[in-house]
Amino acid sequence: METFLQFLFSGLTVGAVYAIVALGFTIIYNASDVINFAQGEFVMLGGMCTVFFSLWGLPLPVAAVAAVIVTSLIGVALNKLAIEPARGANVVTLIIITIGASIFLRGLAQVVFDKQFHRLPSFSGDAPIDVLGATLTPQSLWVMGGAAVIVVLLWYFFTRTTFGKSILATSHNRLAARLVGINVELVLLASFALSAATGALAGILVTPITLTSFDAGTMLALKGFAAAILGGMGNPLGAVVGGLLVGIAEAMGAGYLSSEYKDAVAFVIILAVLFVLPSGLFGRRGTERV
Amino acid sequence: MPAWLMQPRTGGLLLLAVVMVAVYLAAPNNFYLDVAIQIGLNAMVVVGLNLLIGYAGQISLGHAGFFGLGAYASAVLPVHLGIPPLAAPFVGMLCVGLLAFLVARPVLRLKGHYLAMATLGLGLLVFMLLTNESQLTGGPDGMTVERLRIFGERISGKDWWYLITSVMLLLSVWLTLNLIDSPTGRALRALHDSQIAAQVAGVDVARFKVIAFVYSAMLASLAGSMSALYSGFVTPDKAGFLHSIELVIMVVLGGMGSTFGGIIGAAVLTSLPQFLTVFAEYEHMLLGAILMTVMIFLRRGLLPGLLDSLRRRRAS
Repeated sequence: METFLQFLFSGLTVGAVYAIVALGFTIIYNASDVINFAQGEFVMLGGMCTVFFSLWGLPLPVAAVAAVIVTSLIGVALNKLAIEPARGANVVTLIIITIGASIFLRGLAQVVFDKQFHRLPSFSGDAPIDVLGATLTPQSLWVMGGAAVIVVLLWYFFTRTTFGKSILATSHNRLAARLVGINVELVLLASFALSAATGALAGILVTPITLTSFDAGTMLALKGFAAAILGGMGNPLGAVVGGLLVGIAEAMGAGYLSSEYKDAVAFVIILAVLFVLPSGLFGRRGTERV
Repeated sequence: MPAWLMQPRTGGLLLLAVVMVAVYLAAPNNFYLDVAIQIGLNAMVVVGLNLLIGYAGQISLGHAGFFGLGAYASAVLPVHLGIPPLAAPFVGMLCVGLLAFLVARPVLRLKGHYLAMATLGLGLLVFMLLTNESQLTGGPDGMTVERLRIFGERISGKDWWYLITSVMLLLSVWLTLNLIDSPTGRALRALHDSQIAAQVAGVDVARFKVIAFVYSAMLASLAGSMSALYSGFVTPDKAGFLHSIELVIMVVLGGMGSTFGGIIGAAVLTSLPQFLTVFAEYEHMLLGAILMTVMIFLRRGLLPGLLDSLRRRRAS
C-alpha cells in the first residue's frame, strides 16, 4: 500500500506537468487548428529563464514572473512570424513549421544560456511529508497545487469571462466569430500567449525536481501531445485526465515492471486506447463533412 | 526535346543517373562521397515514405522505427541466427513487411493527429526495444556489424557503397514511379484527394493504405540494413524520434507527392547540417530558421514550389 501510494504520488506529480503541457496544446489547437510542437520549448524556457534571471541577480519570484512574461512574448512572436504568414497551409506543413520553431528555440537557448543542466532551489524546503507511510516532497505539492490552480483559472477564464468565451467561439467557427464582431487576430495572439505562459509556469514549478537544460523540451512535448491525444484532441478536460493517466501509467510501469520500459508502458496504453476509441477518451465522435 | 525525355520514368531516371555519375566524378574527397551515400540512403526511405504521405495522404512519425529494425536485422541476424550477411537485409525486410502489415489496419483506421500519435508511439516502442534489450542489441551504445562479403570479397570501401547505394536508389525510384503509374497509384491519388469520393468510386481504401504503408516500411528497412552494413556500426538513434521527424521533413521539404522532390529534400536536409557546422553553435538556430522560412514561402515544397514560380514567370 505504501509503495503503491509512493508510485501514485510521483505519477501525479509528473502527470500534472504533462496535463499542463497538454492543455497548452489544446488551447492553441482550439484557436488555430495548429499542433504546436514547440510547446515543450515553452516549458524549457520557463525553467531556463528563471534560472538565469536569478543568476543575474533577480530575486526568485521576480525572476519567475519575468520568465513567464518573456516566454509569453516568444509565444506571441511565434504566432506573428511563423504561424500567421503560413495561414491556409496544410496540417503537415504547419507541423513542420512548429518543429522548425522548436529547433530554433532550442538553438537559441543553447546560445543565450548554455548546454549545462540547471536546477532551482525547492520553493519551501526539502523536508519530506509523511502521508499514510509514503513520503511526499513539498515541491511535489507545489507542482500539483500549481497545476490545479492553473486548471481552475483556465476554466474560469474560458467559461466565465467574455474574452475567454470569444476564444471558445473562435475555436468553434472562425468566420461566425468574426461576423459577430470578435477580433480573431487578438484571440489567436492571446491563445499563443496563454499557452506559452502556462507552459512556462509548469517549467518553473517542475525544475527543482527534474532539473532543466536547453533540450528538456522535446520529451515533454511528446508526452504532452500523447496526453492530449489520449484525452481527445481539443478537449481541455481530456487533456488534464490524459496528462494524469500518462504520468500515473509511467510511474506504475517504472515501479512494478521495469524502469527502462516506463515510457513504453504509457505508449502501449495510448495505442491500445486508440485502437478501441479512435478519437481518444473524450474526443468528439465527429462525422466527416464531404 | 523528344517526349520520352520529359517523362519522369525515363528522362527523370536518366537525369538522376547522370547526376550520380557527375557527383562521383566531382567529389573532391571521401567526405563528400560519404555525404552522398547518406543522402542516397535517406532518399530511398523518402521515396517510399512519399508514397504514403504524399499520395495516400497518411502521415507517419515512426518510419525511423522500420529503418532501425532493418539496420539491426543486418547486425543481429548474422550473429545470433547464423544468417549470412548478404541475406540478412532481405530477411529483415520481409519481417518488417510482415510487422507493418499486421499493425497497418488498426493504425491506418486512425485519422490526422491520432494517426500521427499512433505511428509516433510505434516508432518509440521500437526505439525502446532496441535500447533496452542490450544482451541482443548492445543497448544504447550500439553494436558492430559484420562486413558484407560477396564471393569472398570484402565490401567496405566508399566507392563500393556509392555504387550499391546509387543502383538501389535508382531501382527504388523506378519501382515507385511504376507503382504510381499503375492502377494502385491511381487509387492512391484518388485517396489523397478525397477518401470518401475514392470509396464511392469503388476503391478499397483500407487495402491501398495498407499497400503504401507496407511498401514504405519495407523500403525503409532495406535502407536501414544498407546503412548498417555501410557504416559497420548501429546505434538505436537510427530508430529514434528525431530521425523519424527528419524523414518526414525531407518529404515535405522536397515536395509531397513528388518523387524527385523527395530526393532533393533528402539531399538538402542531409547535407545542410554538415555545412552548417561551420557556424558552430548557431547551427540549430540556422537550421530551424531555414526550415520555417522554406515551409512558409514554398508551402508545397522545394521542387513543386520552384517549378510553379518558373511556370508563372514564363507565362507572364
